[in-house]
Amino acid sequence: MKSRRAFLKVAALSAALASIGLAPSGARAADAIKVGILHSLSGTMAISETALKETALMAIAEINKAGGVMGRPLEAVVVDPASNWPLFAEKARQLLAQDKVAVVFGCWTSVSRKSVLPVFKELNGLLFYPVQYEGEELEKNVFYTGAAPNQQAIPAVEYLMSPDGGEAKRFVLLGTDYVYPRTTNKILRAFLKSKGVAEADILEEYTPFGHSDYQTIIAKIKAFAAEGKKTAVVSTINGDSNVPFYKELGNAGLKATDVPVVAFSVGEEELRGVDTKPLVGHLAAWNYFESLKNPENAKFIAAYKDWAVRQKLPNARTVVTNDPMEATYIGLHMWKQAVEKAKSTDVDKVIAAMAGQTFNAPSGFGIKMDEKNHHLHKPVFIGEIKADGQFDVVWKTPGPVRAQPWSPFIAGNDVKKDEPEK
Amino acid sequence: MMPVADFYSSSLKVPMLKSLLAVSSFVCALAAHAAPDAALVRRLADADSGVKVAAIRELARTPGPDVLRLLEAMSEGRLALAGGAVLIVDGGSAFDAATGAAVKAPENAEAVTVNNRIRGELGNALAALGLFDPDPAVRLASARKLQGKAAAGMEAVLSSALARESDPRIKDLLALTRAQAHLSSADPAVRRAAVRALSGSSSPAVRGLLLPLTGKDGEADARVRQAAISAVKSIDGRLALTENLGRAFSGLSLGSILLLGALGLAVIYGVMGVINMAHGELLMIGAYSAYAMQTVFRNHFPEAIDWYLPAAIPLAFFSAAATGALMERTVIRWLYGRALETLLATWGLSLILIQAARALFGAQNVEVANPGWMSGGVEILPNLLLPWNRVIIIGFALCVLLLMWALMNRTRLGMFVRAVTQNRAMAGCVGVPTARVDTLAFALGAGVAGLGGLALSQISNVGPDMGQSYIVDAFMVVVLGGVGQLAGAVWAALGLGVVTKLLEGWSGAVIAKIVVLAFIIVFIQKRPQGLFALKGRFAD
Repeated sequence: MKSRRAFLKVAALSAALASIGLAPSGARAADAIKVGILHSLSGTMAISETALKETALMAIAEINKAGGVMGRPLEAVVVDPASNWPLFAEKARQLLAQDKVAVVFGCWTSVSRKSVLPVFKELNGLLFYPVQYEGEELEKNVFYTGAAPNQQAIPAVEYLMSPDGGEAKRFVLLGTDYVYPRTTNKILRAFLKSKGVAEADILEEYTPFGHSDYQTIIAKIKAFAAEGKKTAVVSTINGDSNVPFYKELGNAGLKATDVPVVAFSVGEEELRGVDTKPLVGHLAAWNYFESLKNPENAKFIAAYKDWAVRQKLPNARTVVTNDPMEATYIGLHMWKQAVEKAKSTDVDKVIAAMAGQTFNAPSGFGIKMDEKNHHLHKPVFIGEIKADGQFDVVWKTPGPVRAQPWSPFIAGNDVKKDEPEK
Repeated sequence: MMPVADFYSSSLKVPMLKSLLAVSSFVCALAAHAAPDAALVRRLADADSGVKVAAIRELARTPGPDVLRLLEAMSEGRLALAGGAVLIVDGGSAFDAATGAAVKAPENAEAVTVNNRIRGELGNALAALGLFDPDPAVRLASARKLQGKAAAGMEAVLSSALARESDPRIKDLLALTRAQAHLSSADPAVRRAAVRALSGSSSPAVRGLLLPLTGKDGEADARVRQAAISAVKSIDGRLALTENLGRAFSGLSLGSILLLGALGLAVIYGVMGVINMAHGELLMIGAYSAYAMQTVFRNHFPEAIDWYLPAAIPLAFFSAAATGALMERTVIRWLYGRALETLLATWGLSLILIQAARALFGAQNVEVANPGWMSGGVEILPNLLLPWNRVIIIGFALCVLLLMWALMNRTRLGMFVRAVTQNRAMAGCVGVPTARVDTLAFALGAGVAGLGGLALSQISNVGPDMGQSYIVDAFMVVVLGGVGQLAGAVWAALGLGVVTKLLEGWSGAVIAKIVVLAFIIVFIQKRPQGLFALKGRFAD
């Protein structure tokens, strides 16, 4: 009898599980277009990526409310690759092969993008990648809506070398140990050399993902800065390590007026939860800041705040918007425009239709997708951290800048074609 | 949290009032000075930073309460430009910066941008003005702020401040600062005297100022160069000392964190031989207790928010201890003596606890703020600043360790635990309730882990899987230290902390981690029992 009861229990349990798994498919509208969302919702990158999932869902809801794409509603398929790089590839395969999504919005770290690339090439999928990155890549299956190095890293370092940036002569290149910081720092090193900065005036330091003890690094920066020349720190630290880094920086009394830190992966979202009063004046370079004042941005912020409250997100009253969220938002709308132009969700047709798409972005500029190189033309802003965790824009380019995915500061790039191989 | 505006106005009131009280004496002493020139004030709001800097320098040459108020407002970002006039905005009201006349706050006022360069310049100018404050404490703080920052143009201000100064301490500081300004003097004799005066300093900023004078490019006069070289050398000697002290402190700090993470495991693994893979999650429970208490305080006692952390201590201990007792009663006690099964079962428990935390608090990290008294640091020596949160965590680790020691060596429960550790069967024979001791010891270890998690919440991220990053370190400490001994864990934690920090300074964080792991593997090969082993006869 006992074994029979156990069997019944198992059967009931599996039936319950199956019904959970099947419920969404039953509710699915027959003609919905599926959109995959591939962002880490747990692990070290969740601090940055969770907000991108929410932005994508918000943009999808917005598009559906306005009648969908070609009259068909969009349906989001959300997966959690859990900051685990091989799992990104697995989940990407699931989205493309099993869920048959028309497009995927996802990834933050370059290592996750590199891990899903072979899958997208093999299955001819379409990925929109919303984060600034190191360049050195141009794939037919990917649209890069974040910044290339010449749209973020190079202008930021030029600013540090200008009178307003403090005329820095020595540089600490500090990053998390993976492909994006290593490549960016390689480009920056070559750039600094071309500007006459000596090898001895550059210090490169890396920490593992999730590193939380920044005492030694801060002590090293202090010692390096005491050599008689103005020193600046360029930080490519990614993920939740930024919280202990900035906490230590604040507690150690390293002021922005003495040693400014400019970060490429720290925005409004990462600074939630850090006391920013000791950090006033440290910098970040992005293509968008929440503090930008223009009607498009006001609309975007209001829409996201409203979304956060309606979705009951944690700390919904204090949500912020940031650059990769804006890039996700631009990407979704441009993809919609391209599908409508191509009158099809076929990947090759959509790729062709993406060229030259424009969108009035929250950054206050009409943003264009380049005709050839799969990158956006974006304006560059440099902001200083304010006491309330927002940024004060202290420098900006006059208009959008065309991306150079193949940085001229890396040898051999001058012969590479500025469009993907067919 | 205090709104930013309130924070500023409350911190400002005192010096403002003082400077207003001092107006009369000021005016007499410095001869008649007019209200700031309107054209000059307008240049503060110029689009070009260079013009702004020149205007600030110009204003700082004529110290007075109006200038002080104007520059303070600018450094706090309360200066706005509206219709060609520069306004000081103070909450809801505004007044003209040049005339002081109250005006209606206009809608379209544009805040004057203050970037790092301007902020640094304002800091210097305000500090220079502070040198004339009647309060010696303000003067001392201002003189300190100017250390290593004195520009050539400040010489006159410094000389006049020095002439009026009576406090010997401030006088010394000012003389040093003036010497720094003298380094760029045209007269080699003045420069040499300045270098000599500065050779007694132990500040890295002064070293930075002297360094350019040691080369042919920065200094033409050979005798000045010689003096600068020997001055830098003597400063280097003193700096090396503080640097080593700083390194020792960071090693000690990391050691205290490792110890807090491992102490609970030392009890659990040491006493029962249970390989508790869910130990990291007990740390997590402690850290989330801090978060929960912070939320309670924010919602119900916002005025006492700084004290949420002490209030969270009992919560962290008892919630982790209760979880530990529950784990022991329901799962672990059925698996004693079966190491592999225990390992798998506790690993399963850790997954359950992580998922529970995700369901309760969300998958993202939660924000746990340092209370006010744990922010910032204390400056022991000119180049040695110890962050309060780390100092307090070292103290906390010591307290927990002392309590543990007392509990293990001075109480009946501790005696039972030790008896069970040494010989379970014999302890049972003489009437020690071994099963109950097991549960209590497990709960105790878990509770101590909770306290460790509480401390960790102050320096690292609090999230559902935070425990995963500490479990390896905790096992490393316990294995290295030797099973069943608190002293072993203490020495192992301190040793690992100091060694890791030394290696990090030398080779970077990634290599340091690898070298430490390799070292432990070799060490355990040579000495499987760890640093300290229990002596005597064992039942098993």
